[in-house]
Amino acid sequence: MVTRGFTGRRPTAAFARRLPPGQFETDDFPVLAKGPTPEIDLAAWRFTLSQGPRPLASWNWAEFAALPRTQWQGDIHCVTTWSKFDTRWEGVSIDDLLAAAGVAPPSAFLLALSHDDYDTNVPVADLVGGRAMVATHFDGQPLTAEHGGPARLLVPHLYFWKSAKWLKGLRFTARDEAGFWELRGYHMYGDPWKQQRYSDDP
Amino acid sequence: MSAQGPTRWQEAVIERIAPLTPRIVSVVLKADLARHVAGQHLDVRLTAPDGYAAQRSYSIASAPGRPFELIIEKLDDGEVSPYFHDIAQAGDAIEVRGPLGGHFIWRAGDGGPVLLVAGGSGIAPLMAMVRDWACTAAALPLMLVCSARTWDELPFGEELERLEASRADFRFVAAITRSPGHRPSDRTQRLDAPALRELIARWGHVPRHVFVCGSNRFVEGVTRGLADAALAAGMIRTERYGGAE
Repeated sequence: MVTRGFTGRRPTAAFARRLPPGQFETDDFPVLAKGPTPEIDLAAWRFTLSQGPRPLASWNWAEFAALPRTQWQGDIHCVTTWSKFDTRWEGVSIDDLLAAAGVAPPSAFLLALSHDDYDTNVPVADLVGGRAMVATHFDGQPLTAEHGGPARLLVPHLYFWKSAKWLKGLRFTARDEAGFWELRGYHMYGDPWKQQRYSDDP
Repeated sequence: MSAQGPTRWQEAVIERIAPLTPRIVSVVLKADLARHVAGQHLDVRLTAPDGYAAQRSYSIASAPGRPFELIIEKLDDGEVSPYFHDIAQAGDAIEVRGPLGGHFIWRAGDGGPVLLVAGGSGIAPLMAMVRDWACTAAALPLMLVCSARTWDELPFGEELERLEASRADFRFVAAITRSPGHRPSDRTQRLDAPALRELIARWGHVPRHVFVCGSNRFVEGVTRGLADAALAAGMIRTERYGGAE
């Protein structure tokens, strides 16, 4: 349906190719969160891989910082319709995390767990094979608290609510369990190229 | 009520469009959508003749069951907000879907006391809560603190003054940062921890639900202040726009 008088502001052709449907490009780095930004003490920080209630491996901040590092540069897409291009991240890939723990994924799904009681579900296949990391740095600097520091999940090929801020662990689940937003009307998978924003989007 | 799911795009007709403040317009829509819960939003889609489309989310400011009112602040470098300020007229059709959102919401049954803190156009979802509370809730303490640079830039000021005059359990505080206050009860300093602590102490209630909406910078400042005032993070819900370095 054409809106009378609306012309819009087109991205360049090069940008348009990189922009999933329904998104716009921004230089800003918007902040979205369900509640206050938590203050996280690095001395008390722990990251835990678990299978259901059972811990598989766990690292304190110094141990985590000693794991192999991975860098990634590319575009991120938020369900609220902004996209940000050429973002630069550094952290520990999920592949390296699993290798350091000496475990193979015990199930095909997991919940990413945050310090503010947020959680979000991601298929394990979307996290391994170099597709995701636990990011501790953005643009060469330690990740700020507003953007999820000290550590957040980075799954750039899914809408950014899947890239949980203030990450404290990954919990493997027997089945695909809905997380915080997935229980509140958002899509279980969240592919930006298919516009999987809300639960009944195909 | 609509038979379709909330995410199906539907036509909505602009019934009324009018300035609320020098930079914010009120847009009242006629749309066959499900009844909303206070705090929810609509997605709006505008389409150019060649098929190019832009979509944004706007919080609903009206009470559930009333025609959908969106309030839209003009962003100088915006793509969608200038359409509503410079082009749209009553009778024009746009596309909408919703109502959407299941976290930043309040129903009368959720109870209180309720503390709402708004920065600028962030008042929209909180106004829906105030209006819902005014229609449906039995006596239940509610305080709305609104920050704006001047009284003229504060949306719904007169409606809120009238409501305060008619309901003893409603407190409305305007925090005016760039000009003298409009009323003796207005504040003229930033909403930092001491100011928030004093406002809550004078109110005389311990909030059970807290909703904070505004720019990210505003929400960060207020939520830090509320934490210093010893409010538990778990009772505070936020909705933000804009970013941080």
